[in-house]
Amino acid sequence: MSNEPPHDQNVQRRDFIKALATVPVFGFFLANLWLKLKKDALKRKNLLVDLVQEKKPPTVIKNLSNGKHLNIGIIGYGGRGSHLVRGAGFATRGWTDYAYKANQENSLNKAYPTFMSQDDLNCSLVGVCDLFDVNADLGIDASKNDVGPGGTPKYSAKKYKNHHEMLENDDIDAVIIATPDHWHSKIVVDAVKSGKHVYCEKGLTRTFQEALDIHDAVKETGMILQLGHQNRQVEANDKAKEIIDQGLLGPVNLVELTTNRNSQWGAWVWNIHKDANSKTIDWETFQEPSPNKIRFGPDALKRYFRWRCWYDYGTGLSGDLFSHDYDQLNQIMGMGIPKYASASGGIYFYKDGRDVPDVWHVTLEYPDRDMTVLYSATLSSNNSRGNRIMGHDATMILGGQSNAGGVGGFSVEADRESTQYRERIEKGIINTKYPIYNYSPGSKQIDGVTSATSQYFANKGLLYAYRDGKRVDPTHLHIKDWLDCIREGRQPKCNVDVAFEEAVTCAMATESYLTGRRVEWDPIKRRLV
Amino acid sequence: MESRHSINSLTTINNAQLYGLVILRVIVGWHILYEGVAKLINPYWSSAAFLLDSKWIFSGLAKAIVSNPALLTISDYVNVWGLTIIGFCLMLGVFSRYACIGGMVLISLYYLFSPPLLGLEYSRPGEGSYLIVNKNLIEIFALYILYLFPTSHKIGLDRVLQTKLNLKGLS
Repeated sequence: MSNEPPHDQNVQRRDFIKALATVPVFGFFLANLWLKLKKDALKRKNLLVDLVQEKKPPTVIKNLSNGKHLNIGIIGYGGRGSHLVRGAGFATRGWTDYAYKANQENSLNKAYPTFMSQDDLNCSLVGVCDLFDVNADLGIDASKNDVGPGGTPKYSAKKYKNHHEMLENDDIDAVIIATPDHWHSKIVVDAVKSGKHVYCEKGLTRTFQEALDIHDAVKETGMILQLGHQNRQVEANDKAKEIIDQGLLGPVNLVELTTNRNSQWGAWVWNIHKDANSKTIDWETFQEPSPNKIRFGPDALKRYFRWRCWYDYGTGLSGDLFSHDYDQLNQIMGMGIPKYASASGGIYFYKDGRDVPDVWHVTLEYPDRDMTVLYSATLSSNNSRGNRIMGHDATMILGGQSNAGGVGGFSVEADRESTQYRERIEKGIINTKYPIYNYSPGSKQIDGVTSATSQYFANKGLLYAYRDGKRVDPTHLHIKDWLDCIREGRQPKCNVDVAFEEAVTCAMATESYLTGRRVEWDPIKRRLV
Repeated sequence: MESRHSINSLTTINNAQLYGLVILRVIVGWHILYEGVAKLINPYWSSAAFLLDSKWIFSGLAKAIVSNPALLTISDYVNVWGLTIIGFCLMLGVFSRYACIGGMVLISLYYLFSPPLLGLEYSRPGEGSYLIVNKNLIEIFALYILYLFPTSHKIGLDRVLQTKLNLKGLS
């Protein structure tokens, strides 16, 4: 080791120099780091991050549920109905056991902890109505399960044969409707007329006339209607709205909305329950409002469990998936009902007896806003295209291709011919190859989203929302919003006015496809031309 | 006469060998330091993405870390500050043998959590082509060489620290 005598000054000086020999390199490192930080800061300053006026994300107001205890009923306790009821705080014992086990086996599967950490909404599930006995019994089971965010339920549910009987019960304050679409309008109108508030699953209606019926009945009775577009609770959409409201995309003349799915499940080829038969299913009531009637048998079972495949019960892509993307855009840009709608498509892949198209496109024209909205869907390719709001200065890419966290995020890319950003692009401050803004909620949170269909919904921001960085199910927030509004007499986020816009827009697209002509909306006479 | 430097009880090396080792120490230090600082100044950085893509024997452990917010926070801190401190020590030559050991442990973890073995596919895009040997493995052995042939007591702050410790009779 060091043998130099410490008293020798020269040696000491040499020691010192050798000890500090690499310090200049460290200085060089710091100088370069400082230059890089300065350059990054300059870039960031000129990017949208600072152009966007930051608003705090919405927080869940906890104490509203302390008000009146609400009794709710569920009409249609199928796949979606059970999810909605879970959003209110009730899951079957089978589901809680399964989700608990799944979380134990794979800690990334967070369905159970997400459910258990939901707010207690101070309500009871007191009525269940389902035309399939097995589902009705599951609903009753859910109403009694003490494993849930609210602990032991105050009341448990009674089974009703049909919705009329349920609506006669004065103890029920509000009903969730998750039946196939062909029953929506009849039940909504009956419900609000018997003084019940309504949460109705999307698409709101099967036809244009039904949309008018619902709108008028809800307005006349003053009951609270929430349409089941849970994207209204996703804060990424609020953030996207802020950016567009500030004009950061420049004039927008074209919006492209897309759906890509490529699975049997995604194409509504759902399982036919093994216990389904003429004794356990009330087929005649099921097909009561549908234009075409068939006798009970294997075909009826197919139609019962895969109802989205037939225009008798729903509107296929229109009410199921176009309605989501339209409503997201309506939330972000306040589109309202278009002047014209033209649709085309066909049954090109699933030649399984269905009569709704599996490849389908709609063009919506908004001449007053100088805007076209294109929607394009396929059920036979997963080549996810995302949703694009195309402005003269920048394009916003939501879901699909945006890669902004994959959970309802979005990114904004400047256009190389932009007027607004021309100077910054010329100076090299904005590189049009890279996004100028990225919004990825919960990017530090990890979601164990597994199946392709789950991923589809997650990309569209329909599975998770974030509040204060905590992951929550937007379906829960949407139910909570509805119940809070009932208690406070306010209008919820997807109220009757926006629900009407969704229903009329979807009905225009459906009618255009079915008639092969362009459909026009006459807002004065409230009719389709 | 060419000067010789004794770097441990058995080895003496010449000037060129000493400078070569010092340069190796400084550039490895630079790399590790910037890896740490870059994570430190990026508010969105998290070890989660790396851990989620983990394959091979530690993938279960990686998943456990990611799904536990407390463990993930610890993992983030250990990475950011571990890299920053190790890089700083190597560059300036402070406690550099300990820094070599720390660096080898940390980078070995990176290697073992996602080794480029046959049949393992990663979703992160790679920036090069690797078969079993990757840059992490090379850096581990660069640090091993630096551990075996320490230079900071010749060129580095350890030279002064050691003199001070010797004077106090602590060494």
